[in-house]
Amino acid sequence: MLNTKKTMTFTHKSLTRKVISLTLLALTAVMFSLPAMSVESLRGDDAPNGPSVKVGKYRVKSEEGGYERNFKKQPPLIPHKVDKYRITLKNNGCLKCHSEKAYKKEDAPKVGDSHYIARDGKKLEHVSRRRYFCVQCHIPQVDSDPLVENTYENEE
Amino acid sequence: MGLFSKQGTFKILFFGFVLGIIFWGGFNTALEMTNKESFCISCHEMQNNYEEYTSTIHYSNRTGVKATCPDCHVPKEWIHKIIRKIKASNEVYHKLMGTIDTQEKFEAHRLELAKDEWARMLSTDSRECRNCHNFDSMDLDKQEARSANRHEQAIEYGWTCIQCHKGIAHELPGGYDPADDTPSAPEKSDS
Ligand code: HEC
Ligand code: HEC
Ligand code: HEC
Ligand code: HEC
Ligand code: HEC
Ligand code: HEC
Repeated sequence: MLNTKKTMTFTHKSLTRKVISLTLLALTAVMFSLPAMSVESLRGDDAPNGPSVKVGKYRVKSEEGGYERNFKKQPPLIPHKVDKYRITLKNNGCLKCHSEKAYKKEDAPKVGDSHYIARDGKKLEHVSRRRYFCVQCHIPQVDSDPLVENTYENEE
Repeated sequence: MGLFSKQGTFKILFFGFVLGIIFWGGFNTALEMTNKESFCISCHEMQNNYEEYTSTIHYSNRTGVKATCPDCHVPKEWIHKIIRKIKASNEVYHKLMGTIDTQEKFEAHRLELAKDEWARMLSTDSRECRNCHNFDSMDLDKQEARSANRHEQAIEYGWTCIQCHKGIAHELPGGYDPADDTPSAPEKSDS
């Protein structure tokens, strides 16, 4: 007997809960559908569906003499492997060869002069914080077909 | 049948021989045991170096040939090994003293420790590296141009591995710039 009573109160409570959650759900649905009606992606309906294209395994190329640049002010591509160089708060593995102090010894190109300019245009002693994470702009290359067709032509 | 009879001498020699084997064996077993990676990292002080090393080529690579802590830090030849082991008892002292028992203390001491190792390797012409690597067996044509160019200079001027390959298994101490120490070829004169 006692048992049934307990179950009854229980059902009653969960019913109230259900009503509340349903109302909330409905509200959320309304909230999200409002902007969705007025905004459209630049892609139109061509949204990416399905998994992204699988990229094959390629080996990083070593290109003696470096790669040709495609436009002025392009960050030059890295013509060597980089997996063993780490950039941390304490050390920058790239500067071991490309810094002002090292480049002659290592027969490597010095980082661009622009890398020493601070945000306010002042010339610094050290590579600017803005240029610390080299691989943000410079990247190594593999020999693979482009994933997307590209009609870009080099600037003369 | 006294000890000093012929037979007695033989017995002494025999027991000495057996004891020797046992002692020697035990000694070498102890040497063996303290020459394993698992022993080195049994002290948490060495964990930091271990973790950094696991993301380098000497931990995992194409061919699966691994270099462990003792391969680089403990000499292979017997006499050099004993000397290094005796010096290493210093580490036990510093373990007890807690010299580097926190990350902060370790970072503060790191440059000192690294410099000790560099000095040791420099004085032995990077002997432990050369246990596995050797300029004579390197095919410079198969290396990247950057490597081959520098190795040609190294052979010509008699430089050794550690002069250029610092931080090969661990991160470099903060604030240390290897460019301060790497050797450079003298400018070639035209005459
Ligand atoms: C061991 C020395 C060394 C290290 C370390 C090193 N480089 Fe280089 N790098 C070179 C050399 C030498 C060249 C020139 C190669 C050539 O032209 O054949 C070069 C070329 C480059 C170039 C091409 C420059 C141009 O004008 O074409 C870029 C960009 C570059 N490196 C970026 C990096 C970055 C980023 C890192 C760190 C992830 C790095 N390098 C680490 C030695 C090094
Ligand atoms: C914000 C983007 C950016 C970052 C970060 C950056 N670079 Fe550059 N880098 C450039 C651009 C753009 C150029 C070409 C124009 C110039 O010379 O300034 C360049 C040029 C270079 C060159 C060739 C210089 C020459 O005279 O031919 C080297 C070498 C180089 N960078 C190395 C580095 C290294 C090493 C780092 C990290 C310490 C780094 N860069 C960080 C954008 C960047
Ligand atoms: C008893 C704990 C302990 C063990 C086990 C241990 N270490 Fe250490 N190690 C230390 C401490 C503590 C220091 C810091 C010594 C100092 O401050 O001079 C140290 C320092 C070092 C240094 C720097 C040496 C120097 O000359 O300054 C190297 C290299 C090293 N250990 C390698 C090893 C290797 C390889 C092994 C395994 C064969 C090993 N350690 C096992 C505690 C240990
Ligand atoms: C137990 C043998 C052994 C010892 C000792 C050893 N190495 Fe290596 N080393 C290797 C192996 C194996 C590789 C990886 C070869 C591969 O698969 O390409 C390697 C790779 C390297 C590389 C290439 C790194 C890269 O990313 O391509 C350098 C540089 C190097 N070792 C320097 C050293 C130096 C310096 C020392 C001494 C401090 C040393 N090694 C000690 C076995 C050893
Ligand atoms: C003059 C400086 C210098 C000396 C001395 C030197 N190396 Fe190197 N080594 C380099 C440079 C620079 C590279 C290429 C860039 C890098 O590994 O960061 C290199 C690359 C390597 C590589 C990888 C080769 C590749 O292209 O895949 C190995 C292995 C190596 N060194 C081992 C050694 C050993 C072992 C010694 C001592 C017998 C030694 N090096 C001495 C400068 C040096
Ligand atoms: C490929 C050779 C090599 C291997 C393998 C290696 N080390 Fe080192 N170790 C070095 C070199 C070289 C230094 C000198 C500092 C530097 O260049 O990073 C060093 C420095 C150290 C130091 C001094 C502190 C520092 O970071 O400079 C400690 C402690 C140490 N190693 C412990 C270990 C332990 C523990 C292992 C095994 C998990 C190990 N090492 C494996 C080459 C190696």
